[in-house]
Amino acid sequence: MTLAQAQAMLPGLRVRRATPDEDDAALSALSDWCRRFTPLSRAEPPDGIWLDLSGCAHLFGGENALLQEMAALLRRRGLSARIAIADTAGGAFAVARHAEGNASATFSVPPGRLADALATLPVLALRLQPEEETLLHRFGLRRIGALDAIPRGPLSRRVGAGVLLRLDQAFGRVAEPICPDQPPPLLQERLHGLEPLQTAESLVSAHALLSRRLCARLESLCLGVRQLELVWVRVDGSSASQFVTLAIPAHDARHIGRLLDERLDHMDPGEGVETLWLLARIAEPAPRPQTTLRSLAPGGADDASLADLAPLIDTLALRLGRHRLWRPVPVESDVPERGVGRRAPLEIPGTEPDGWPRALPRPIRLMDPPQPVRAMAALPDHPPLWFIWRAHRHVVRRADGPERIAGEWWRRGSEWLALRDYFRVEDEHGRRFWLFRRGDGTDRNTGDLGWFLHGLF
Amino acid sequence: MICSISKRRKRGANVEREDAETTARTRIDRLRDQIHTLDRRPVRPSGRARIGFRLSSIDSYLSGGLATGALHEMLGQGADTEHGAAASRLLAGLLAGFSRTLPPESRVLWAMRGDDLYPPGLAAVGLPPHRLILAQCGRNVAAVMEEALRHPGLCAVVGEIEGAFGLTASRRLQLAAEASGVPAFLIRRSRRFDDPVLLAPSAAVTRWRIGVLPPRGRFHPAHLDDRPLWRLSLLRSRDSSLSEWTVQACDAEGRLADVPPLPARPAHRVPVPALLADRASPHARLAATG
Repeated sequence: MTLAQAQAMLPGLRVRRATPDEDDAALSALSDWCRRFTPLSRAEPPDGIWLDLSGCAHLFGGENALLQEMAALLRRRGLSARIAIADTAGGAFAVARHAEGNASATFSVPPGRLADALATLPVLALRLQPEEETLLHRFGLRRIGALDAIPRGPLSRRVGAGVLLRLDQAFGRVAEPICPDQPPPLLQERLHGLEPLQTAESLVSAHALLSRRLCARLESLCLGVRQLELVWVRVDGSSASQFVTLAIPAHDARHIGRLLDERLDHMDPGEGVETLWLLARIAEPAPRPQTTLRSLAPGGADDASLADLAPLIDTLALRLGRHRLWRPVPVESDVPERGVGRRAPLEIPGTEPDGWPRALPRPIRLMDPPQPVRAMAALPDHPPLWFIWRAHRHVVRRADGPERIAGEWWRRGSEWLALRDYFRVEDEHGRRFWLFRRGDGTDRNTGDLGWFLHGLF
Repeated sequence: MICSISKRRKRGANVEREDAETTARTRIDRLRDQIHTLDRRPVRPSGRARIGFRLSSIDSYLSGGLATGALHEMLGQGADTEHGAAASRLLAGLLAGFSRTLPPESRVLWAMRGDDLYPPGLAAVGLPPHRLILAQCGRNVAAVMEEALRHPGLCAVVGEIEGAFGLTASRRLQLAAEASGVPAFLIRRSRRFDDPVLLAPSAAVTRWRIGVLPPRGRFHPAHLDDRPLWRLSLLRSRDSSLSEWTVQACDAEGRLADVPPLPARPAHRVPVPALLADRASPHARLAATG
């Protein structure tokens, strides 16, 4: 019916605009909240959440206890929910939506009794399309039990493969894994506090405990972790998570604990943290048993010393940002500012040739961008007689050059003809500078004859 | 009699004075040992390799070179205070030699504030840039250095600090360097030329100022083939007294060299005219031989 009709029927009707986006966002927030029970949760708009509770029920004292706790917490949040636990996803869907009960009810199907629970439910509970449902009604099949009793050969010819797939998924004959919103972690550790944790010391010791447990399991599997996720679930239901990435696979508890403590500044405990999860997202075989952090004196002669630098690189990368830590590599380019590239600090050298331009004189400090100076020089290829840099005049006593460096036309069209003439000059105090002039002095297209200071020797 | 008595007294006085001197000396030694222990320095030198300048005049003065496991500061002079170019070049040359004594996996961590270090300039003095790890730290250079000094696998830790650097902060770096045995170097920079703030007290074991000198003499190659002249001033040293050296800058291997003396001007010989040589006179004979 239209809104006008409804308002005519009920004069005091309150009208709200529907906001499906906000509803979906609230549903995914609720799905995140449900990660306090299991990391594998997925929201199904408009009003459903899937949870894969394999291996998590014992942490809460059994499935029934988990069910009661979930219902109580949702009630406290003001939500009425129908919750069902069953052997299969399809079965749980059917029981939750179509079993008899009011808007807040909990159902627990004991293991192995799924067939009995599903027998009396309508076929709509199998997540069928409307036309499939009308087809089944036309055949007189209204209950799942009746549908299941029919032999499969004739049934598949008449109703199609989709219905049979749903039927098999509900009864567990075909696997239906839940694809969670977050990819499932390889290993996870959970710490549930009796009291909410708020102080930094308690959180640091919680991190230490979690990392010890996780590293024990990693070592037993001969794995090292490359990416960790730390999840805090707070008292009010919100959760915060941080990712920690490591340079080489690690399973040293102290190192991982320290990295987690670095993340403390970025996470807000709020009213208190009730549950902590530490999930290993990416794990790889660890290259060798990790030596302790202070084992090698300078002079240790194997590449365990590189592994010893990995904790340092991880800590510095966490503090400064991964892009601020690099190893310089030569790049094949004549243009000085493009001749140096950056690589990850711990890559083994020797994979690229040692192509630093050792024959050519190069400064030790390079200005970025080159600083304009005023200079006077005889054209076309004489070094300047003096130059003024930052309002200070330097008289050139000796000079060397020009070293002509042409632009790279394949990078930018504007560098087609551009070139620079570099001069190494020494002033009256003995300081040496690296100046260049744009252009060759004869052809105006090669540059505007401006002078710049590019580096200091 | 009186004389002999007085002589005996004098001899006794001599013996007493000698005893007093020996006890004073042992007492001083004992006090020195106590100070060393309190200072947490080993009573005997640890025997670790020192970073040599590879120039006998400096290395013999420093008993082998700069100590590892210690903090050393380097400043520029005059207009070079801002960029510390000569100081960086000297440090690169020193580390080029030192890194050759260590296994090739050990790296040098160079913590900068900005991004103006140019690796080909380091390669030009013999420090291979693939042994560097560069960190752009902004204001956190000292914190990064302290973290890095906990790892003994590093060859050296270099940091560029601008402006003032307090005694407490340098003490922390010195203690961290002592604990791990990794040498730490600070390149002090300042926008003010010859900033007095850079000369404030510090816990560094040595402090050097590297200034650039103009070439000497009136005749030198026009094409900058020669090496620049540097004046190295040891401004502060815990283990030796202060001094200054004038050296030639690092070559492609990172070695310094003594400054060659100016070539002596040849003795001015006036050629004797041929006319005089014919005459058999003593002057002519002298001119022919002399």
